[in-house]
Order: sequence, then structure tokens, then C-alpha cells
Amino acid sequence: MFAVVGTVPDREFPLVSGEVNLEDNVICIQGKKVSVNRGTPALLAAAIKTCEVLDQPAPFGYLVGDIGQGDGSRRLYKYLNQNLGKCDPQSKSGTSFNTIAFHYLQPDVDGHNRVLFAVDEMAQRPVLIADAGFMYAAKMSGQSAKYDLFTPDVGELAFLADEEAPHPFYTRGFILHEENRIPELISRAYEHDNAPRYLLVKGGQDYVADSQGIQATIDSPVEGAMEAMGGTGDTLTGIVAALIAAEIEIKEAAVIAARTNRLAGSFAKPTPATQVMEIVEHIPRALEAILYKDEGISEQIRA
Amino acid sequence: MSFLNIFKRKESKASSGRQNSDRGILVFENTSEVIRAESVLDEEGWKIRVMGPPPEIRSGCDLVIEIPLIEELNILRTLEKAGVQPLEMVPVSSPLLQPVNIFQNKDFGKYLMIRAANMKLTIDKETKAIVNISGGGCPDVPYLAQEMVGKTMAEAPSPREIGHTLCGYALQLAYEETGRKCSL
Repeated sequence: MFAVVGTVPDREFPLVSGEVNLEDNVICIQGKKVSVNRGTPALLAAAIKTCEVLDQPAPFGYLVGDIGQGDGSRRLYKYLNQNLGKCDPQSKSGTSFNTIAFHYLQPDVDGHNRVLFAVDEMAQRPVLIADAGFMYAAKMSGQSAKYDLFTPDVGELAFLADEEAPHPFYTRGFILHEENRIPELISRAYEHDNAPRYLLVKGGQDYVADSQGIQATIDSPVEGAMEAMGGTGDTLTGIVAALIAAEIEIKEAAVIAARTNRLAGSFAKPTPATQVMEIVEHIPRALEAILYKDEGISEQIRA
Repeated sequence: MSFLNIFKRKESKASSGRQNSDRGILVFENTSEVIRAESVLDEEGWKIRVMGPPPEIRSGCDLVIEIPLIEELNILRTLEKAGVQPLEMVPVSSPLLQPVNIFQNKDFGKYLMIRAANMKLTIDKETKAIVNISGGGCPDVPYLAQEMVGKTMAEAPSPREIGHTLCGYALQLAYEETGRKCSL
């Protein structure tokens, strides 16, 4: 079982933890419902669809309402610090998580560090994935190397590559966010210890990289409109987290996830006005096509 | 006055070209307070800049306001009157971080996408409806998208009004740039 930690854009949404389901395109957790728009609900929806194909249990969610004021995030940081190291009493599996994906939280170095202390207390160290605000906090804390996977877009990769920037908003101008500089940005991120074991860089082309450089490039199918769509990065993170939780090796999982997300996007025939749930609905078909019909996936990983 | 005054300042009450030694920073409880204080000081014509805090007082999703030290008391009085008071004032001893100031446009034919820093806003060029918001990682991004997508530029609340973080701030820059493009 794996856990997803994040926020929902509803100030009144309480801090809840429990198994997450998708019913009529709505995320359900502990009797609470939240629509899939983007952010952590989009990650969860994609993860659930992936788990269904893999016949894996649904993810366990730690969610709280936060509209950017940080109050919900702070409560969640505190809750995780106090509870993550223990078996969560509400977890049906009764076991520790093998993977945790941290997502939209208000970046807070102190809160982040306390969560990592709790992870250190877990009986078995899970695969740690970070994206969005939690990835920002991980980088700012100087502890990126403790993670197994980050899923930045090109702008966020430039932020990881800029050893001075505490947030993508402050990435220095000379570190341009251009796709043709991605190998250099990856190298720089590792050089300053601001990258985890693997990077899955999402963009016009997706890249899987480690400290040795780019290990795989995924560039088809191409749907340029996906760049404008909110949530397509979240779905990618959800897919890769579910694949890793199913014990697929991280590099292979990243390649499969990137291809699945692209193919699901292609099936949706998106415009820049398409909303992310239209892509989520195509994830099972895309994943099945890639897992069961595409012989090329192993070759690509070797390459 | 707008967020873009970070980059384009009008003639103001304090002279320009000052060095760090005569500048200080106002530290606030959160980014929302910074945004409110910036509006108040802009309206009063003060020469201020919204910047990144120095490492020693950095906690996470931060902004500070750089002010001319010599005007500290007047500025504090202005803020007190407006009901938005800083936690503290710290003299500037090292260079402050500059916000990203690069815009990128992508024309999709019917749609136009504007990117500022890590935030992207896409509109339908004909109806001026905001059709998508993407990028960012702070928790107000999904909230901003929820409140803005599907509305026209004229109907939608601005990120300045309802955003709280650096990502919200970056989206405001994209929103203002979009407004300029729409008016051309």
C-alpha cells in the first residue's frame, strides 16, 4: 500500500486520513468528497486508475484543506510528524507504506524536516516521491538526496539547478528554463546535491535521469495542448507513484508513467481548454496498451 | 497599482539608485500580508520592492518588502493606519533575491498561454475566458484555478485578491501580462 500526502482547495475540508476511492469522478475519503480538478485530487485519481489496472489496493490519503494560507498544511505537517512513524491505526493493511508521494503542501522547511524525522522512524523506509510544494521544501532544506524521485517540470528543474533559489519564483535569470538545456540543468542539480536518486522531468519531452545523466527520453505521442492544461503533471506523478508501489523499479516505472500519461492525453484529443479529468478517464486504456501490448518498453529502458 | 511595479516603478517619494546600506526589509506574517502592504505602499507612492528574504530569515514560501530605511517611520505609520503591520524591520546587509521577471507566450491559435515564472495562464483569445491554469506547487494554485477557470478575464477574481503564496504572486504576473496582451 502507498500513501499520498497533499491538500485540497477547500478551507473547510478537515484533516483526514484513510483509503481513497474514486466514485463518479469524485475523490472520496472518510466520507468526504472532493472533485478532481488538479493538484492532489488529480494525482489521486490517476493513481487510483493505475492501481485498478495493476489490481493493487487503492492509495491511502493524508489530506487537508488549504487554499494557500498554510494553516491546513501546518496541521498536516504536525500530524505526519506525530503519526507517520507509527502504523496508521486507520490503515486497513496494518502495515507500513512501501511508497509515499508528497505533493501540494505549503513549502515549509521546518515542517518538512519534521516529516522526514518521522519517516526515519518507520520500520521500513518507503520509496519517497516528492512533487509540487513539498519538493520545493525538500530542495530548500538541502535534503533532496534523501528522496528517490522528484517529478519537476522544466521550470522546477531550473529551480532545482539553482543552488540559491528557495522557490521557483526566484530562479536566477541566467538559468533559463529552456528545454534544450535540460541535460545541463540536471547535471547542475546533482552537482549541488539538489536532486534525488531519480528525476522524472515532465515537458514537451519527458526525461528520466539520475546522477549519471539522462537515462531515458520519452517524446511520443506529442500533444502540445497538454502544456497549458492544469493537472497533467499531477496525473504523471500519480501514475508513477502507483507503479512504484506495485514494486516496479523506479526507472522503469518512470518510463511507463510518462508514456502512459502521454498516451492518455493523446486519447483525450485535448485542446488547451481540456480539463484533466478527461485525461484521467483514458489512463486505464493507455496503461494497458503500454504494459501488455508494447514490446518496446524494455528496449527503451535499456537504451 | 500592480504587481508588475516590481519591474516598472513610477516616480516615487524616495529617490532611486540607493544602495543596500540604506535599505531595510519589512517582514510579515505571511505572503497575503505582503501583498496587502505592497498595495497600500504603492498607492501612497512609496519606492518599495517586493523581494525574496535573506537566508537567515527564510522559512518557506516567502516575500519581503524592501524600503528606504530613512523613511521607515513614515512607512510604518502608513501601514499601521491601513491595519497591516510587519512583524519586524531588518536592515539589508546582503543582496536580496530578485523575483523571476521573464514572460513566455505560446500561441495555440484559438488560445494564448502566458507563463510567468512557474505559472501558466491560458485564455480563449476570442471570448477572453480563462480556460486553464497550470504549473506551480503551492496550495493556492488549485484554489485559484477553481475560482478563475471558466470565467472571463473581466469576471474572474485576480490572483492578487484571493492568492496567498509565491505561486499566486507569479500567477498575478501572468494575469496582468494576459490583460495587456488582450488590450493590444
